[in-house]
This record gives sequence, structure tokens and C-alpha cells, in this order.
Amino acid sequence: MKKIASLLFAALVASSFGASVQAANYQFDTKGAHAFVQFRIKHLGYSWLYGRFDKFDGNFVYDEAKPEASSVQVTVDTTSLNSNHAERDKHLRGEDFLNVAKFPTATFKSTSFTPNGDGKATLKGDLTLHGVTKPITIDVEEIGGGKDPWGGYRQGFTGKTEFKLKDFGIDYDLGPASQTVEMILDVEGIRQ
Amino acid sequence: MQTRNSNTHYGWVAVFFHWLMAPAIIGMFALGWWMVGLGYYDPWYRQGPDIHKSVGILLLILLVARLLWRFLNVSPDQEPAPRWQQRAAGAAHGVIYLLLIAISITGYLISTADGRAIEVFNWFSVPATLQGLENQEDIAGAIHEWLAWTLMGLVLLHGLAAFKHHFVNKDNTLRKMLGLGAKQVP
Repeated sequence: MKKIASLLFAALVASSFGASVQAANYQFDTKGAHAFVQFRIKHLGYSWLYGRFDKFDGNFVYDEAKPEASSVQVTVDTTSLNSNHAERDKHLRGEDFLNVAKFPTATFKSTSFTPNGDGKATLKGDLTLHGVTKPITIDVEEIGGGKDPWGGYRQGFTGKTEFKLKDFGIDYDLGPASQTVEMILDVEGIRQ
Repeated sequence: MQTRNSNTHYGWVAVFFHWLMAPAIIGMFALGWWMVGLGYYDPWYRQGPDIHKSVGILLLILLVARLLWRFLNVSPDQEPAPRWQQRAAGAAHGVIYLLLIAISITGYLISTADGRAIEVFNWFSVPATLQGLENQEDIAGAIHEWLAWTLMGLVLLHGLAAFKHHFVNKDNTLRKMLGLGAKQVP
């Protein structure tokens, strides 16, 4: 009995030691553009309009052995909004929408990461957009991870969330079908 | 009425340019100011900017023709006034022309920032040239707006000065631009 207990204790120490070794900080591969912050919103209810933010940065802490301890933070340069149409981008960056002159950055800081055990997880955190901070939930899926061909180590995820523009104080009326915007987030982090 | 300007008169071409463009320019300011506040479901949400861009290109073409005509013609002598007023009037006219050119170009740079052409009333299109600068549409847009307000300030001054000449000095400044002859001196 004593033996079993000490074995269990040793295993616990080993696993927590192993976990602390593997917990690593990953920097988004924005340099190689293997990370994307995209959004989509319905146009009139007839089609999806896609846009993205070209400039952002972030990092995450991830430990394969202890994924629930993961965390992530992202900073987005809102002036880099790009929807492939200059006149629309100007409107979206203006006072009717993101008001980037006043709110040039948006941030996300995670508060919890709950793996479901099937490669999927629920990421909760605070999104600050348009000067408003609100909790959001991102559905995360682990895509893959491992060594890259150039001597590095990478880990990649995709995430999806949605929120009402009004919740973040953006109340320009785009019509009843266009109240909610979806965010599609893809990141590949390089272990530091 | 003569075609060309003389030392005492504006010819009809100069008068025509002035009175065709003056209301169009003021109208463009009003349209521009109004259209950026329109809701997405307003029928003018698309039409307003389409007209604004089309008229803007046509006005730039007219402006080039007008400036050419101005340089190919004499300008009537200024009415007697203190030297500083005559110089200020000349400077104001020059600045108005420069503002019109700059407003036209910045407007063009907004709409063509992504490489799209400007369609002029489905009649012809003006292709993009300078494009893809960092936040080009935002910077060009801010300059476009500020210059437009500056222009309207000068237009107001210009109009007030014309009325002052007409009603206070009772000279021929406004009469000349209306294509009228010198006032009969009894």
C-alpha cells in the first residue's frame, strides 16, 4: 500500500515535472503570415462578406500534457482592416463602425481554456473592441503541431466565435440579417 | 458678347465656365457632406457617391480646360482698390484653383486606392494609377474633407467680396463676371 502510494506520488511528480518542461510560449507566425484574423458578416442576408485584419500579433502558452493551463493573447491593429474594397474599408474604419482613429487596437486575453478531449476546446476570454470589453467564447480546434522543416517547433489552431456588433457599441444599421459578425481565427505559433 | 476676354470684359467662355462650375462645386460639397451620413438602406447610399465621383471627374476636366483658357486669354483689369486687396483677390483666386485640383486628386485617390477605376455615369471610366499606399483611402479622405471645408470658406469670402464690390464700391467686378458691360456713368 505504501509502495503504491509512493509510486503514485513519483508518477505525479514526474508528470507535473514533465508538464512544466513542455509548457512553452509560442509566438504567432505573423512574419511568415501563418496566422489570420478574419471576419465575415452577411450582406443583406444574401451572401457572406469576408474581411480580415492584416496587422496583429499575439502569443500563446501551450502544454500538450496539460492543455487546460493554456492561455493566449492577441493585439489587432484595427486600422489594418481589409475587405478588398477601399471605399468600404474607409467606411468600416470610420466613425460608423470601428472608429479606428479613436480605437486603433483591439485585444483579446484568454481567461480559461477547457479541452473537450477530442482535439476541440472552449477558449474564454475578454475581447476589447471599439473601446468596449466583453467576455467572448471561442470554439477552438487543434489542427496540428510538431517540428517544422527548418529546425523550429510549431503548434496550430483554428477558432470560431461570433458576437453582435451592438454588444461592442457599433450600431450602424446593416439590416436584420447583419447584426452578428463571425470571427475566424487561425494561428500557427512558433515555440520560443 | 465676345468669346475671348478683353481688358475690360470677360468673354462668354470664361463667364460660362465660372457659372457652370460654381453651383456644381457648391453642390458637390453639399452632396459629399450629405451622402457620408446616409444609412445603408437609403436609396441614395449608392447613387450619391456614384454621382459625386462622376461629377467630380467631369469637373476636373472642366477645370483643366478652364485654366488653359485662362492662360490663353488676358484677364480683365482689376477694379480700382487698395493694392493689398487686389493682391489678396489674386491670391484667393489662385488658392481656389489649387484647392479644386487637390480636392479632385484626393477624391480620385480614395476611390482608386484598391485599383478600381472610377465609372463616370457608365459613360467612360478613369483607371487607377497611384494605388495601394498604406491606408491611402483614409489619408486621402481626411485631406479631401479638410480641403473641401477650406474651399467653402474661401468661396464664402469670394462671394462676400463680390457683393461688397457690387453694393458698397458699386464697381464692375460682379457685372463683369455676369457678362454685363460697364455701368453707364450718367
